[in-house]
Amino acid sequence: MILCWLLFVPFIGGLLCWQLESRHAPSQVPRWIALLTMLIVVGLALWLWMTGDYSLAGTVGDSPSWVREFRLGWIERFGISFHLAIDGLSLIMIMLTGFLGVLAVVCSWREITNRIGFFHLNLLWIIGGVIGVFLAIDLFLFFFFWEMMLVPMYFLIALWGHSGSKGNTRIGAAMKFFIYTQASGLLMLVSILGLVFAHYSQTGVFTFDYVVLRDTPLTGAISYVLMLGFFIAFAVKLPVVPLHGWLPDAHAQAPTAGSVDLAGILLKTAAYGMLRFAIPLFPEASAQFAPVAMALGLVGIYYGALLAFSQTDVKRLIACSSISHMGFVLIGIYSGTLLALQGVIVQMVAHAFSAAGLFIISGQIYERIHTRNMSEMGGLFGRMGALPGFALVFVMASLGMPGTGNFIGEFLILFGAFESVPWVVVLASGGLILAAIYSLVLMHRVYWGTPKSEASLGGLDPREYSMMLLLLVLTLWVGLFPNTVLDISQTAMTEVTDWFAVSPLPTR
Amino acid sequence: MTQFFTHVLALAPLLILCATIVTVMLAIAVRRHHFTAATLTVIGLNAALLSLIGVLQVTPIQVTPLFIIDDFSVLFGAIVLVASLACTTLAHAYLETLPDRREEFYLLLLCSAGGALALIASRHFASLFIGLELLSVPLYGMVAYAYRDRISLEAGLKYMVLSGAASAFLLFGMALLYAASGSLEYVGLVDGMANGGAHQSWVLIGVGMMVVALAFKLSLVPFHVWTPDVYEGAPGPVSAFLATVSKVAVFALLLRFFTLAAPAANDWLLTLMGVIAFASMMIGNLLALRQRNVKRLLGYSSIAHLGYLMTAIVAGGDLGTEAVGVYLATYVATTLGAFGVVTLVSSPYSGTDAGALHHYRGLFWRRPYLAAVFTVMMLSLAGIPMTAGFLGKFYVIAVSVESGLWWLAGGIVAGSAIGLYYYLRMMVIMFLDEPGESRRDAVSGWGQQSGGIMVLLLAAAVAFFGIYPQPLIALVNAAGMASG
Repeated sequence: MILCWLLFVPFIGGLLCWQLESRHAPSQVPRWIALLTMLIVVGLALWLWMTGDYSLAGTVGDSPSWVREFRLGWIERFGISFHLAIDGLSLIMIMLTGFLGVLAVVCSWREITNRIGFFHLNLLWIIGGVIGVFLAIDLFLFFFFWEMMLVPMYFLIALWGHSGSKGNTRIGAAMKFFIYTQASGLLMLVSILGLVFAHYSQTGVFTFDYVVLRDTPLTGAISYVLMLGFFIAFAVKLPVVPLHGWLPDAHAQAPTAGSVDLAGILLKTAAYGMLRFAIPLFPEASAQFAPVAMALGLVGIYYGALLAFSQTDVKRLIACSSISHMGFVLIGIYSGTLLALQGVIVQMVAHAFSAAGLFIISGQIYERIHTRNMSEMGGLFGRMGALPGFALVFVMASLGMPGTGNFIGEFLILFGAFESVPWVVVLASGGLILAAIYSLVLMHRVYWGTPKSEASLGGLDPREYSMMLLLLVLTLWVGLFPNTVLDISQTAMTEVTDWFAVSPLPTR
Repeated sequence: MTQFFTHVLALAPLLILCATIVTVMLAIAVRRHHFTAATLTVIGLNAALLSLIGVLQVTPIQVTPLFIIDDFSVLFGAIVLVASLACTTLAHAYLETLPDRREEFYLLLLCSAGGALALIASRHFASLFIGLELLSVPLYGMVAYAYRDRISLEAGLKYMVLSGAASAFLLFGMALLYAASGSLEYVGLVDGMANGGAHQSWVLIGVGMMVVALAFKLSLVPFHVWTPDVYEGAPGPVSAFLATVSKVAVFALLLRFFTLAAPAANDWLLTLMGVIAFASMMIGNLLALRQRNVKRLLGYSSIAHLGYLMTAIVAGGDLGTEAVGVYLATYVATTLGAFGVVTLVSSPYSGTDAGALHHYRGLFWRRPYLAAVFTVMMLSLAGIPMTAGFLGKFYVIAVSVESGLWWLAGGIVAGSAIGLYYYLRMMVIMFLDEPGESRRDAVSGWGQQSGGIMVLLLAAAVAFFGIYPQPLIALVNAAGMASG
């Protein structure tokens, strides 16, 4: 039942924000409701963490080690049920969602000044949809939330975004984001249905249940095609390089809260989808596909880094660096070793914090100097109180400095993958150098160099300061005590490895 | 004697409609009064709707060689009657200020609804033709009802000429089939063809011609050219009627024809229909991209949607029939809602309807609930989860995957992706607040009018069935087709 509350609290909170605003406009009421809602979500997630035991040993073939489960009949005609479950993987993702949700509310406190209630309706519904994605164990339900969360994100970018140069409008960016993800989502729906009908033709039972469908024996070509449907849907969201076109635009035009959600959570739904669905449902096809996926990951690492290097817009740069970081995640997922998969989890958590920190900082700079163009910045160090200092930490985190979570993530991925795919690791390591270059370029262009003027732009107020401090502590915590995260995900990742290992990897 | 009564009971909805037509006509003859005419119409349609409950006691039953009344026809009859009711409520607010005779509109609407009922229950070429013409001929008048507005008159004429051509195709097709099989009943067609196997090519041409005529009514590519003009020109409530009642009735007929006379549909013909479906999805969506007028846009979108729906006929089978029922139910609710909002924004009548996109700029900040309704309808047309439209899309994709029609599944995916562009654009315009060139608003008390309440109910239904579709699926599943 607590899973239902976790899911419905954001939806209810969002509706309250919208309705209460229209009564007492304009007011701060929606902000406080939204903040309260997100704190409840975080509280529930923490409570789940404290009370649940996530270190059960999982075994292949048995029902997976869900810590909590909730099931309710929904559409009996197709054997679809409202089936929620949580294990270590989902729990980490949900805690992350909760934390970033709080940050998203807080960081838009001054940025969003019109239609506050409707803004928070959309923001909270995104969070609700994402939580649904992380909890759903029924494929139909999963798809339902997967598509549902796009609509509020679309509104967030289209209505509160920043229009860039001509021909690069926020509505265009929102449209691009929506069409990319929705079209690929429909491919996944076709794949889901293909899987369901394959199962139906073998057993005569309609079901969309993940655990049941996982045991569907599929032959070569069909399973490969169906797996591709899933992979493409997740690859667009991750994003994997040939399908990344929506990401820089969406990030650049979105409001800060939108970017934080997009980089911090929405991209992670894709990695989660691969770990939860694409690999366990099609282990053999995934193993066959692994070299291609890892090659795409490599391309992503380099291409993302090069793109990042050539940007002049701060937010676009950070967005492109996400493409590069997600390349590591993709390699980690498809290398299939436990160590690499654990690294993927740490990398996702750490990237969420560092990217969120960088996006919030760009938002704060934008509030002060009203541009995101790096050529108009320069010399901001010392003019903005503590902000550049925080920026330095997150940039260092982003380039994978030891002591930060990102280092642990990348290190574990590369170290774990080395035993199965040494050459990929060798090539991927080169990406770290590029990461250092574009990160330092970012630092240099924005904060060093000759200042445009000497006037102070105003330091951080307590709200901004506490946000930054929270993110800083979290980044360092993950870097210094990664076991906090690793312990939770251990079981879930062992299961994924076991599924993958059912068929030996050709690359081994 | 008892048999007579069961037959009368089975035809009760149709008979009640006919009685209502006569009553409304007499009422107009005695004294012209808009409200009275509308009220009588609503009462008649409601009575017909209620009588469907009685009809369920006697289904399935064949009444004369012409009609077969089964659960299938009851379901689609109910959809037609509900849609007609919705159009009546819209029309009342819309016509209030029409500088002309207003009462006859309801006569035409009732006649057309009667034709739709006859068409749905037909099992014989005679009732097919009578039903189709009874459905279409009053529509000419309805489309051109605001004839002082040039665009409405033009739309009416265009629809009449092309519709006449389609009828000619239909008659020719029927004649060929009769010549080949010696039967006018759909079922007899099969036996007749089995006896004279040499006439296979005539049968194909005959069925092909009928498909052409019906494809015209369903505005499938390449017989779609009239659709945007007529949708744009017709008064709002009529566009709604055209997009729902006429489509539902013709599609139900098409499904029954292909189910009863299944051998008439050989592989070649089914492939052809698959191509038509594919072309409709693509061309409908592509042409909609550049539209600046909501009604035209909805017209093109309906072409695409009927294309998706044709997939179910090409695939056939039980799941296909079920898909048609679910899809049409959700599509009708959504389209009525969308045209309902357009009509409410254009009501009361004041010249050409508010069709241009800029009329809707910032609607959300002026009429939040009306815009929310329209948003829900656009999302439903685009097939986004949490709306009923998603259920329909889910069904057609499921049907195409089940029967291995991967290319049609691909067409649906591609079509939906293209379609998103204009649905989203339409949607987001309502949330922008830059001053528009000219604004049109629903009257301030729209929520209390019957049309407004109807639109709100539709939005609630679309959202409800999007989240909990089981009742709808159960209902459609219960409405099986009789094999007689």
